[in-house]
Amino acid sequence: MQVTSSIRETLVTGGKSVHDVSEDISRQVEGKPTRLWWGAFGFSFILLALGFYSLCVLLWNGVGVWGLNKTVGWAWDITNFVWWVGIGHAGTLISAILLLFRQKWRMSINRAAEAMTIFAVICAATFPFAHMGRLWLGFYWVFPLPNTWGSLWANFNSPLLWDVFAISTYFSVSLVFWYMGLIPDFAVIRDRAVRSGNKIRAMIYNSLSFGWSGGAKTWSRYESVALILAGLSTPLVLSVHTIVSMDFATSVIPGWHTTIFPPYFVAGAIFSGFAMVLTLLIVTRKVFKLEDYITIYHIELMNIIIIITGSIVGIAYITEFFIAWYGQVPAEYYAFYNRATGPYWWAYWSMMTCNVISPQLFWFKKLRTNIVATFILSIIVNIGMWFERFVIIVTSLHRDYLPSSWSMFHPTIYDVGEYVLTFGFFFCAFLLFAKFFPVVNMAEMKSIIKSSSEKKH
Amino acid sequence: MSEIKKTYWKGLSQLKNDSDYVKHADKEFVDMGVENDPRHSRRDFLKMMGFSVTAASLAACEAPIRKAIPYVNKPVDVDPSIANYYASTYTSGGDYCSIVVKTREGRPIKVDGNSLSSVTKGGTSAQVEASVLSLYDNYRLRGPKAGEKSSDWETIDKEIIAKLGEVAAKGGQVRIVSNTLLSPSTKAAIEKFKAKYPTTQHVQYDQTSYYGLLKANEESFGKAMIPSYDFSKANTIVSVGADFLGTWLSPIEFTKQYAVNREVSEEKHDMSRHYQFESNLSLTGANADYRGQIKPSQEGLVVAQLYNIVTGKSEKAIDKISYLEKAGQELLANKGKSLVVSGSNDKAVQLVVNAINDALGNYGSTILANQPVNFRQGNDELMDAFVAEVEGGKVDAVIFYNCNPVYDHPKGDKLGKSLKSVSLSVSTSITPDETASLVGYMAPDHHYLESWGDAEPKPGFYSLSQPAITPIFKTRHAGESFMVWAGETNVDYFSFVKNNWNNWFAAKQSSGLDFETFWDKCLYDGVLEFGSDASTAVTFAGDVNAAISAINTNYKASNTGFEVVIYESYGVGNGSQANNPLLQELPDPITKAVWDHYVTVSQKDATALNLANDAEGNTQYLSITANGKTVELPAIIQPGQTPGTIGLAIGYGRTKVGEVGKDIGVNAYPLITLVNGSLNYNATAGVKIENTGKAFQVAQTQIHQTYMGRENVVQESLLSEYKEHPDHWKENSPKVTKWDEKVEASSLSLWKGHDYKDHHWGMAIDLNTCTGCGACVVACNVENNVAIVGKDEVIRRREMHWLRIDRYYSSEAEAGDYLGLEKASENPEVVFQPMMCQHCNNASCETVCPVAATTHSTEGLNQMVYNRCIGTRYCANNCPYKVRRFNWFKYHDNQQFYQANPAMNTDLGRMVLNPDVTVRSRGVMEKCSFCVQRIQAGKLTAKKERRTVKDGEITTACSAACSTGAIIFGDMNDDDSRLSKLLKIERDPKRKYGIDKTAANPRAYRVLEDIGVKPNIFYLTKIRNKDKSKENA
Repeated sequence: MQVTSSIRETLVTGGKSVHDVSEDISRQVEGKPTRLWWGAFGFSFILLALGFYSLCVLLWNGVGVWGLNKTVGWAWDITNFVWWVGIGHAGTLISAILLLFRQKWRMSINRAAEAMTIFAVICAATFPFAHMGRLWLGFYWVFPLPNTWGSLWANFNSPLLWDVFAISTYFSVSLVFWYMGLIPDFAVIRDRAVRSGNKIRAMIYNSLSFGWSGGAKTWSRYESVALILAGLSTPLVLSVHTIVSMDFATSVIPGWHTTIFPPYFVAGAIFSGFAMVLTLLIVTRKVFKLEDYITIYHIELMNIIIIITGSIVGIAYITEFFIAWYGQVPAEYYAFYNRATGPYWWAYWSMMTCNVISPQLFWFKKLRTNIVATFILSIIVNIGMWFERFVIIVTSLHRDYLPSSWSMFHPTIYDVGEYVLTFGFFFCAFLLFAKFFPVVNMAEMKSIIKSSSEKKH
Repeated sequence: MSEIKKTYWKGLSQLKNDSDYVKHADKEFVDMGVENDPRHSRRDFLKMMGFSVTAASLAACEAPIRKAIPYVNKPVDVDPSIANYYASTYTSGGDYCSIVVKTREGRPIKVDGNSLSSVTKGGTSAQVEASVLSLYDNYRLRGPKAGEKSSDWETIDKEIIAKLGEVAAKGGQVRIVSNTLLSPSTKAAIEKFKAKYPTTQHVQYDQTSYYGLLKANEESFGKAMIPSYDFSKANTIVSVGADFLGTWLSPIEFTKQYAVNREVSEEKHDMSRHYQFESNLSLTGANADYRGQIKPSQEGLVVAQLYNIVTGKSEKAIDKISYLEKAGQELLANKGKSLVVSGSNDKAVQLVVNAINDALGNYGSTILANQPVNFRQGNDELMDAFVAEVEGGKVDAVIFYNCNPVYDHPKGDKLGKSLKSVSLSVSTSITPDETASLVGYMAPDHHYLESWGDAEPKPGFYSLSQPAITPIFKTRHAGESFMVWAGETNVDYFSFVKNNWNNWFAAKQSSGLDFETFWDKCLYDGVLEFGSDASTAVTFAGDVNAAISAINTNYKASNTGFEVVIYESYGVGNGSQANNPLLQELPDPITKAVWDHYVTVSQKDATALNLANDAEGNTQYLSITANGKTVELPAIIQPGQTPGTIGLAIGYGRTKVGEVGKDIGVNAYPLITLVNGSLNYNATAGVKIENTGKAFQVAQTQIHQTYMGRENVVQESLLSEYKEHPDHWKENSPKVTKWDEKVEASSLSLWKGHDYKDHHWGMAIDLNTCTGCGACVVACNVENNVAIVGKDEVIRRREMHWLRIDRYYSSEAEAGDYLGLEKASENPEVVFQPMMCQHCNNASCETVCPVAATTHSTEGLNQMVYNRCIGTRYCANNCPYKVRRFNWFKYHDNQQFYQANPAMNTDLGRMVLNPDVTVRSRGVMEKCSFCVQRIQAGKLTAKKERRTVKDGEITTACSAACSTGAIIFGDMNDDDSRLSKLLKIERDPKRKYGIDKTAANPRAYRVLEDIGVKPNIFYLTKIRNKDKSKENA
């Protein structure tokens, strides 16, 4: 008996030829930046400058410029950290796991998603640094310090140290993976520059492509390395947020002390990562006229992932409440009671609305194939995910074991400023990437042209 | 001659006289500079520049070095890093405490109680502990002043003597005004002054007057005195408005006595029962077993009704006061073993109180009339007359001896205005306060830590003051000033005191020592006690009926209007130490407010006034009009406040006070009136209260008031329950279900635990004897250089206190009704829980620090390595007790905190810092260290003497400061230590030095025991002496 699979939808529409691919993608790199680009970049740069100012104020005066207190030692800082790390999950998931599963639809989005990952991880990393009381010592205490009793090492019991390893590993592997993919595309731009006689551009992109020759052997090595890196990054996708969740799960604070955190955090990270990819790509495909490469089909698939992960997250929320009730540990019971009804109820219900209820709208095909609806929902999901981290961190801390220490957290302008800093950096970096690097993986796209797109002649 | 002159050559080159030498012969140093070798100039320039830039930047990395200069001639008894201790005496107005001053390198840095005194018995109070910082107050006068101008002693002495002479010549009136004076030598000096100027009258007044009590005793026993009280002998204590644990008469002494009968153990099953009837929720009321709410207008009737019950009269002076009948019956059942006290300053009320105590036969047992105290001898009538005299221009010279009546007397305003007309006015105050700044001459006294002196708290009980530091400024002892102005020459106050003691006591003392040795012994002990005279029975001879009829006319059973109750602040007291940040930032034991002046109102009145408090201290100003004066103050809704009453503290509203105490609140003294010859601290008629709607935020260190029914935090039971089942409460402790059985949650652990081979330090805190006074908090701040951060930082919930006292109110809500549990009862039960680092054996902070900056010692301490800390705050987040404190800013050497924290931001203030404890830098976590510097010092002493550490030799600052012994520190590995015996520590026979020690004392529990962090601090359950039945509960 022969299995007949239904005909898949084409991944690239508009009857693009291989040349069209090079043409469409390289156009952005070769052309002059548009006014829109300058406007967006200018705006992002202002955000970056404002954020940098508040970072300077923070470093000059101390962490006290934030709204933290004796009870709530972490708030916006670690909320933003986890939020950005979460966003940084989609890239590697798309390029590594989907590569291993041979999901070809990933090809048009993996480049931008990986770039987003790298920038998001950099944004995330600013917070652990900025939140330190003595940043200037943070760097060298990581290394063993020789003394009379032998060297003094960092504390390997501490989840914060695990974070350092998890995130730096993830960052370096993602960076290498991303850059590796860029090499053949840089070579394409170089070749086009050589042809058009633009020597400076040819020189720059030649060095960026490490003098890529495009020989069969090179391609073969390239593909093996891609597969190896994909294999390496796959566990990392799961491990990073697992370890980030352990910052909370290994503690004794009710609301943090929960074994469900690792899978729940990973699902949440993918959830927010895909939402951010959607936010960015919906704009990029419109502005860069890439509708034929990033099609409604892509968007729909990503929306489906959002439904799945959103539902996992929703189940996790409900499970936490069930266990709090079922376990009858007074402090934990109260922690969850307080989340839903305490002074921060609005944060909790924003989270529930944005993360659990809103993605369910994607069950309607009309909505999940609607660009505007997807764009709005993708932003709502990220707002919801920010509140999730805020709820976990602040509402657990602000009322923990001893009621005498219960207090409230009020953010200051500098809490906002540090968050703005990362937005400024993220968008500046993404705009520079979109202008100077090919936003879609040309080499991979070309491999699916023949099989998956029909010619229009 | 020249031929035979010898020639000395500078060197061989001169001898050889080569051309190169001749060229440079006129220069002292031969310059072989780079210009001689042009080939290298550019490169050398670059090298030099590179080197200097590097050197400069390397040098810039260094922290600035402050040079410590060694002694050229070392004083004999000063050894760097070795502390010296001197016995001395704290007196401030009528407050008294025998103390031991710790000095380091000649600077007093800490005050402890002196256990040799049988008056204070080693106890201290927050104000005593904080007084060491007042020594280094930047606001102190640097020397004498004539008007606004700085002067010197010789000049002002000449002028003052000349003016006194003029006054004496024309027969003018001279007045010396002071608070209660405890020093016999100063009194003798004043007598000398009086002898020279016979028109001199010495007027004593007190900020909180006991004149009514003095007069009542005069009427009752024929002698205007205040007796000693002994709360330790009373089984039933009834207090009508007397805050004897907080501010009334001699709180240090009373706290100590009170605790004796509040201790409960398996061996001692009984404790006193304490009834309190009051309007404000006072510290004493918070400790009471039964607390009845009354209005000031009912106070007299409450006392009268007690009298009726005690004497078996059937008539009712007042009805419907909860617990009053019960209190009366219980007093009757405990004749001779009970005590009734009243805080009223109304002679009639105090007379009836005397009658009650007399009827109960308490004189001779709990009240020692034959052993009067000298604490509050102020005469309200005399002081009032003095103000009138000054106003009438009848006084020609006035000397204010260490008092500030312009601020702290109800008629201070009038006095201040008319002072200009007095031809000679002098103040000996150590600061240019409200009074001093209006007088003609400021002749500043020494701070008490700089001066010789003596005190006589009770007849027959003497104590000495000795200087612990050379006077910092050009000040002079006021007693010396009096003698100089009396015309004596070559006055030396030290010899004066010594001679006095020689004259008074040398013959009287029974030890047979020669005077020098006797004097040295007195100096060493700090106290000299002859005991009281042979007991003379007193007979009550007061006219009770007259008093009761006076009460019936002056008091009302039901007054509908608002009433104002003026009380003394627990922190800044009567305002004399308002410039002390340690006291300004000491949380009020009840409201937990710092740095602020406010009034307390009941929830019922707040609703009527449309006054809203949120959890974060946001409130509104009330405008309060009483006795013809109007003040505007923010209001705190206070559980336990009698509806219809407003609590208003004195001690705030200082205007001439220095940076710290400036602009805090309003002065409440002018609201006090003179009624029937004594000051009345209540306003019961014509009080108008309005809500102005103006917003204000009160800074509080605790903003959640109840313990939410969490029994793993506070364990309490009734005495009757305790007697039946001492560890009854344990039945409800959390269990973990294993497959076959339920076990104690704390018995399971993933950790192997530590072994402590030498010591295993631990602590026990008795919730029953802790009165919540806060002396330990100040002691901890002083001992450990804890930064004071100021009001704004406290509002951001960033106070740095290592030790705090959690105060919880009871709630009427059922378990599970969380919103209801957040609300305190109308008249709540109160529990105080000192909370500091619990030194967990499985510390959750230790595992999470990424750089191992907080570690576990081999003696069970959880220690903080400041140098290693990078400030991630993970440890603080993961601390279940929230005792870790983060340096959000640089609190030292920072202009931003200059006002609030002079001890770390002024050169003078810094002298108070304990050199054994690091001042923490910005970005570093800190917390209670169990006074590790004291542990190390104790171990070192033992090691030098080749012995083991003796129990009690090492103690923490909080434990030392605790008057009631509620905090006990010790070694749990030592089976004979007081701690081990109290807790009945049982060591695991298989692992004697392991962490798993159990306390067999049925009252012992650990806070949050079920989460398994295994603290080294045990708490003893709170036991209330209440009846089981609901109606009386």
